[in-house]
Amino acid sequence: MEAAATLPSWRVNLATIGALMARSKNELLRVPGAAIPGVLAPTIFFLGLNGVFGALTQLNGFTTGSYEAFIVPVSMLQGAGFTGAAAGVNLARDLEGGWVDRLLVSPAPRWVLLAGTVLSASARALIPATFVLAIAFVLGADWPGFDGLLIAYLLVAAMAAVGACWGSFLALRAKSQSAAPLMQTGMMALTLLTPAYAPLALLAGWLHAVAEVNPATQVLEAARQGFVGSVTWADTWPGLVAVAGLLVVIGALALREMRRTAA
Amino acid sequence: MSGAAMLTNLRVVRALGLRSIRQTFRRPQLIAPIIIFPTLLLAIQTGGAAAAVELPGFPEVQSFLQFMLAGAMMQSMMLAGNSGGIALAVDIEMGFVDRLFSAPIPRFAIVLGRLAGTAALGLFAALWFLAIGLIFGAEIEGGVAGALISVALITAAALAVGGLGAAIALRTGSASVVQGLFPLVLVLLFLSSAFFPEELMIEPAKTIAAYNPLSFVVEGVREPIIAGIDATDTLAAVLAILGIVLAGLLLSAAALRHRLRVG
Repeated sequence: MEAAATLPSWRVNLATIGALMARSKNELLRVPGAAIPGVLAPTIFFLGLNGVFGALTQLNGFTTGSYEAFIVPVSMLQGAGFTGAAAGVNLARDLEGGWVDRLLVSPAPRWVLLAGTVLSASARALIPATFVLAIAFVLGADWPGFDGLLIAYLLVAAMAAVGACWGSFLALRAKSQSAAPLMQTGMMALTLLTPAYAPLALLAGWLHAVAEVNPATQVLEAARQGFVGSVTWADTWPGLVAVAGLLVVIGALALREMRRTAA
Repeated sequence: MSGAAMLTNLRVVRALGLRSIRQTFRRPQLIAPIIIFPTLLLAIQTGGAAAAVELPGFPEVQSFLQFMLAGAMMQSMMLAGNSGGIALAVDIEMGFVDRLFSAPIPRFAIVLGRLAGTAALGLFAALWFLAIGLIFGAEIEGGVAGALISVALITAAALAVGGLGAAIALRTGSASVVQGLFPLVLVLLFLSSAFFPEELMIEPAKTIAAYNPLSFVVEGVREPIIAGIDATDTLAAVLAILGIVLAGLLLSAAALRHRLRVG
């Protein structure tokens, strides 16, 4: 006990985050079925969109003839969004059940509690991303290169963190699982109001205008570059900046709600 | 059955139908998938894949929005059926259905009441998407009569699909099981001509879509919107709906017997 009291605060915080992530991992191991919806939805979208819109690559403006390669980063990011939003739903469930109240009376700082939720989502998002990617490779998507794959996974983890911050913000504000549709819809809109189905030049006027200012467009283009061409720093840094910006803004909103939440 | 008894049953169906409509509009988690999700997807797909109308072999249409209206109505209608099943399962879990079973009303009126509510939601969805189409410039080539045929087919299809949702709810008595069918709804839609012309789909989705009963329904709904009334397409849609109704009736009757047996 005395040893724990003398530990530096950063180590205690890190241990708390680790414990919260372990709880999330246990949830997954004990109820594996809970991960299925998060994996299933992006997989269905990937297979469905590929089967339905595959012929779009015949249009001028596509830089690849493989729609699988074009759409797989969208599905990976969509899976990240769903997983992040699901973290918000779980937080709302924990709020309803009183578990969060117990966390709030603990000496752990609020940002640590939020970080536990957010980092768990980032780790969990790698499962649907890997599943969708494996299916894409089976269907013939090109290998994006080690650097392309690394960037795609990094952005998947970061977008899941954005989703978890968004979900946590809504969960803490509504304190009810009934906010779940807004969590999912918000992330879906963020991910799909981009050049998700076709290159920017082929989008209809209004979507073109929205996609141009949507930071998720930069994230998607950075995640997609290895699948449809070569990886360049010029296509990478805007994605990294955009996702960092999203994290800062939405993370700040979530943290503010967490600080406002009384035990 | 005497006239008075039939009138009483109709009043029961009406009361339960109104209850299910109110329930849906009061719970955001029920209305969001029926209206918000398909509307968002319609906007994204029409904006993202608008250039698809330039593909060789794409049917003559005024715009991609005009083509997609039927698909959005179908999606909304299918999700209304699924939501109806979820709500019935919740009623079973909460004991409300047990109370109805012990009331002096015929069992079929309980299921029919729920289905009436689902059909009303289907009607609402059809009108919603017609309004969206008209607001954003889509023309209904079949005129008022064509619009009425599309609305009637969607309403009838909602009733039919709701029968399948009710059967699963009665059989399992679990809202989470019925909710788990949500991805299946998307699979069935992607494997139909709801979102793209069957001739331009990629195999194996193309072949499956050719035999999927939902493709017949969607073509019956779409034809009056993009071309005009076609008796063959309308008849094929009606027959497909009747087939689904029959399947729903048989499964619901069997599930109802099972529910009464197990209590």
